Amino acid sequence: MKTKIQSLEKESKKMAVTKPVWFIAALSAIFALNACKQNPSETSAKGTDTEQITVSGNAEEAVLTSPPLVPAPVGDRSAKKLIVKLETIEKTGELADGTQYNFWTFGGTVPGSFIRARVGDEIEFHLKNNENSVFPHNIDLHAVNGPGGGAEATFVAPGQEAVFNFKALNPGLYVYHCATAPVGMHIANGMYGLILIEPEGGLPKVDKEFYIMQGDFYTKGKFGEKGLQEFDIDKAIAETPDYVVFNGSTTGLLGDKELEVKTGETVRFFVGNGGPNLTSSFHLIGEIFDRVYMEGGSKVNENVQTTVIPAGGAAIVEFKATVPGEYVIVDHALFRAFNKGALGKIKVTGADNHKVYKSNK
Amino acid sequence: MKNWFYIILVLLLFSCGRDSGIQEQKPVQMKLTSVSSEKPMQKIDGGYYRAFVGKESDSLTYVSSFYLDETAVTNAEYLTFLKANPQWSKSKIIRLYADSAYLRNWKSDFEIPKDISPDAPVTNISWFAAKAYAESVGKRLPTVDEWEYAARADENLKDATEDPAFTQHILQLYQQKNNYKKPVKQHPANAWKIYDMYGTIWEWTEDFSSVMITGESRKDNTTNETLFCAGASVTSSDLRNYAAFIRFAMRGSVKADYTGNNMGFRCAKDAGE
Repeated sequence: MKTKIQSLEKESKKMAVTKPVWFIAALSAIFALNACKQNPSETSAKGTDTEQITVSGNAEEAVLTSPPLVPAPVGDRSAKKLIVKLETIEKTGELADGTQYNFWTFGGTVPGSFIRARVGDEIEFHLKNNENSVFPHNIDLHAVNGPGGGAEATFVAPGQEAVFNFKALNPGLYVYHCATAPVGMHIANGMYGLILIEPEGGLPKVDKEFYIMQGDFYTKGKFGEKGLQEFDIDKAIAETPDYVVFNGSTTGLLGDKELEVKTGETVRFFVGNGGPNLTSSFHLIGEIFDRVYMEGGSKVNENVQTTVIPAGGAAIVEFKATVPGEYVIVDHALFRAFNKGALGKIKVTGADNHKVYKSNK
Repeated sequence: MKNWFYIILVLLLFSCGRDSGIQEQKPVQMKLTSVSSEKPMQKIDGGYYRAFVGKESDSLTYVSSFYLDETAVTNAEYLTFLKANPQWSKSKIIRLYADSAYLRNWKSDFEIPKDISPDAPVTNISWFAAKAYAESVGKRLPTVDEWEYAARADENLKDATEDPAFTQHILQLYQQKNNYKKPVKQHPANAWKIYDMYGTIWEWTEDFSSVMITGESRKDNTTNETLFCAGASVTSSDLRNYAAFIRFAMRGSVKADYTGNNMGFRCAKDAGE
């Protein structure tokens, strides 16, 4: 009997010893499982977070800019109600020296006006089709979560205006473009631009920011043929452009439109690719991109020479101007740069920096 | 007593009914005064054609013979109509029948704009106005099928759709601007002896609103079971027909009361077959 009691006592003592151990083991197991669970719930919490962002203050009309300029950064302002007014305008312009083209534009430029907002902003978007337009138009903004990116809601005949509302849920640099049939033709004629949705707190500050957008153009005549050129549907379908240009013309970033910065300045390019067909191998000759927001999203790559920008996509590239001189902006698919116009320039002025670069000629 | 009460009630109800009959608002009578028109029309012989949108892929649509105005209705012709039917003039038109840009360039009710030829096609008129004009001259608007069927002709062939250069030529004509200010017969007549089907103005058709290009044209390439549902069902032969896409997109973007600098019309008439 005693032994039984003793053995029982021993067992109960064992139990007494092992009980807390079991308890701790159980607790740790629960913690571990919880930790595993946290990641998915964290990401889903992020998604619903931006939807829950509340706007404050009065509604404000957004300031839009023509390329290569961009509106002022949003900084650390809170989300607000933003009114964006954009007009589609059909106008003849210069595609190259002595070569004209009937462009279809947003805001009168190719690419169209740059729109800048913040995640959580509630945007009231007005799209007007100029009364002198011949064709109907609409807009699809890649920053919109909703059917057609706004295309159905903004289909406007010449002289008409449409309004729709959307909330910017995702930060990033997004393309917008016309989506009226035939879509390829509307885009090929220049109907594209960029809308930047800055993250909470805004993008890190840099000294200079510029807006560049690549596009391919398909003309009846060959590259350089003078006079008014018409859109060539066969070449567009075959994806054999005559012109591949930055900012709507071979001189979009040349001559008096050449960009200019000073040594020591940090520079950011918001680069889009309107297509309609070609992907860009974006490179700045003589510079390395210190930071690249790949595909205009949130992931940052560093120390990149050439970054891929798909048709209908974008990228944000940053570098520091170190050595003075003229730097050439190209699509590194080089025959496009030298024979089709995918070439621009940025001039860096300031003191030499012989430690970084010294020519002995 | 009760019976009297009911009789009186019934009488009252009767009289109320009569009163409301008298007080009832009669809809405004848009009585059209007929106008004569000397405008030549051309006979378009009936036939089969492959419609661009909304029909089963292999079926052909039959268009009966009909007459079509050789040119668009001009400012001068429309002015004649307005003088006989002032209820359609700029100051008197009911807002339901045309938006506020109706005849926007006309200085007054009966004054054609100075920088626009009287023989230029009349524009800034709504579908309702176009219909009223057509009725006043004893005609009607062409249907989309009729218009598209007659428009398949180039200068030589009644059906030029097999010619690959035809679409490119139309796209080229669509680049021209401000042709609504110039007199009609701006281009050589087509094989039906019809002028200016391309490159002058967009033209109202009787059933333009049956075209359902939503503006969300990325969906417009999918085949649909039902004829017109959230997008156009496009026959595969014509995905390259950008000119037709443009025309149908234009038709899908307008409403009957819309007016535009580049929108006018021409009339049609049954051939009585």
